[in-house]
Amino acid sequence: MIGFLTLLRKEILRFWKVGFQTVAAPVVTALLYLLIFSHVLADHVRVYDDVPYTAFLVPGLVMMSILQNAFANSSSSLIQSKVTGSVVFMLLAPISYRAFWAAYVAAAALRGLLVGLGVYLVTLAFTGVRLEAPLWILVFALLGGAMLGTLGVIAGIWADKFDQLAAFQNFLIMPLTFLSGVFYSIHSLPPFWREVSHWNPVFYMIDGFRHGFFALSDVSPWKSLAVVGVCFVLLSALTLELLRRGYKLRM
Amino acid sequence: MSPAIRVAGVAKRFGATQALAGIDLEVAEGEFFGLLGPNGAGKTTLISALAGLVRPDSGHLEVMGHDVQADYRQARLKLGVVPQELVFDPFFSVRQTLRIQSGYYGIRRNDDWIDEILANLDLTGKAEANMRSLSGGMKRRVLVAQALAHKPPVIVLDEPTAGVDVELRQGLWRFIRRLNGEGHTIVLTTHYLEEAEAECGRIAMMKSGRIVALDTTANLLRRFGDGTTNLEDAFMRVMKEAV
Repeated sequence: MIGFLTLLRKEILRFWKVGFQTVAAPVVTALLYLLIFSHVLADHVRVYDDVPYTAFLVPGLVMMSILQNAFANSSSSLIQSKVTGSVVFMLLAPISYRAFWAAYVAAAALRGLLVGLGVYLVTLAFTGVRLEAPLWILVFALLGGAMLGTLGVIAGIWADKFDQLAAFQNFLIMPLTFLSGVFYSIHSLPPFWREVSHWNPVFYMIDGFRHGFFALSDVSPWKSLAVVGVCFVLLSALTLELLRRGYKLRM
Repeated sequence: MSPAIRVAGVAKRFGATQALAGIDLEVAEGEFFGLLGPNGAGKTTLISALAGLVRPDSGHLEVMGHDVQADYRQARLKLGVVPQELVFDPFFSVRQTLRIQSGYYGIRRNDDWIDEILANLDLTGKAEANMRSLSGGMKRRVLVAQALAHKPPVIVLDEPTAGVDVELRQGLWRFIRRLNGEGHTIVLTTHYLEEAEAECGRIAMMKSGRIVALDTTANLLRRFGDGTTNLEDAFMRVMKEAV
């Protein structure tokens, strides 16, 4: 347990020491999205009758920030440890692969949640957002952060170089998050793209998360919970198996 | 009583390269043991297998009676390794690095021992310095300190004095000798053969993944010398004669 807590604390300290880059900067980025999209689209788009577009944007932006930062935390920490060689200190230690996974994912989720909270707080200056079902907000925030933190561990283990990690981020994570209903409802999409969106697990995270704010969503939050929960379990099982085998970590 | 280290029939191949070709070796508790060989002989692979960083294709390894794969937690608790590469985490100070290292091994409040290690390795003045700001020699000392943070009974030093100045080298050996005197088993790999000759009671010489000579230092000097021979001469002769 002390090994797990130490690794968790180390991972939290790692991002906290560069908090401007890891927490403050993503908050500013999300705020810019809010300002630009709400300015351009507020008068043209209305997704739900009683929800202004700017307010509609907030949950999506918060969730997108949680997901992207959770992924960035575990993946960048692991690749950095591998490239500098300092990963050896964790591999030499009597830390189980489960504790290793849990520490990286918990720290990643925490960074995601901190950024998400920051985004939410700064958006309050621009729009009011209802909190209809806070428990759904919490559940999807935690599950989303943990799931992308887990995906970050996979990417960090798999990538040998920073550009491989960047490819993972730019060709998988970014499209999945941007094409998930952050800026729109999938009901506004043509049928084909609406169907495609239903295969994107990030859509369910954002839709379920948004349900917590407005009690309105494209699909039932229970369905979203089931999809996200199954994806999280599958990704976690894959990550644990990779760590157990020492894939790309032990020769 | 089980030996500090037991290596039985360990083989490892990386592609076409046979890194370890069936190593059998035992190191008794309290020994100061040398593992010598030219680059590529398999020393670091053997150490990595002992530390669980490399999984052998066959054979098994134990540290203080604990199998390094099946009983990895206990085996790793008993082992401290100073890696050959100068690796460090750039986010932390020396003291934070050692606290984190202690925590990895389940030790919470370890500052008394950390202070003692820092003093013995002449690092007290750098305790709060960030790892990035240290010279190569200083970083090497921190690597030694990290390996000692959990007071392991078996300490493996893979080229611990590479790039370290003479004064520190002497201080380091005094400290290691003291630990050995207190019962810690020391395994050393080095290219400074005069250090191995001075410190090690027994030596294994490796070539191409095999142990080609294994004996006490005195016997090796006797067998491969003429009475005035130093370890370097003996080493050269062993390597020449080994097929």
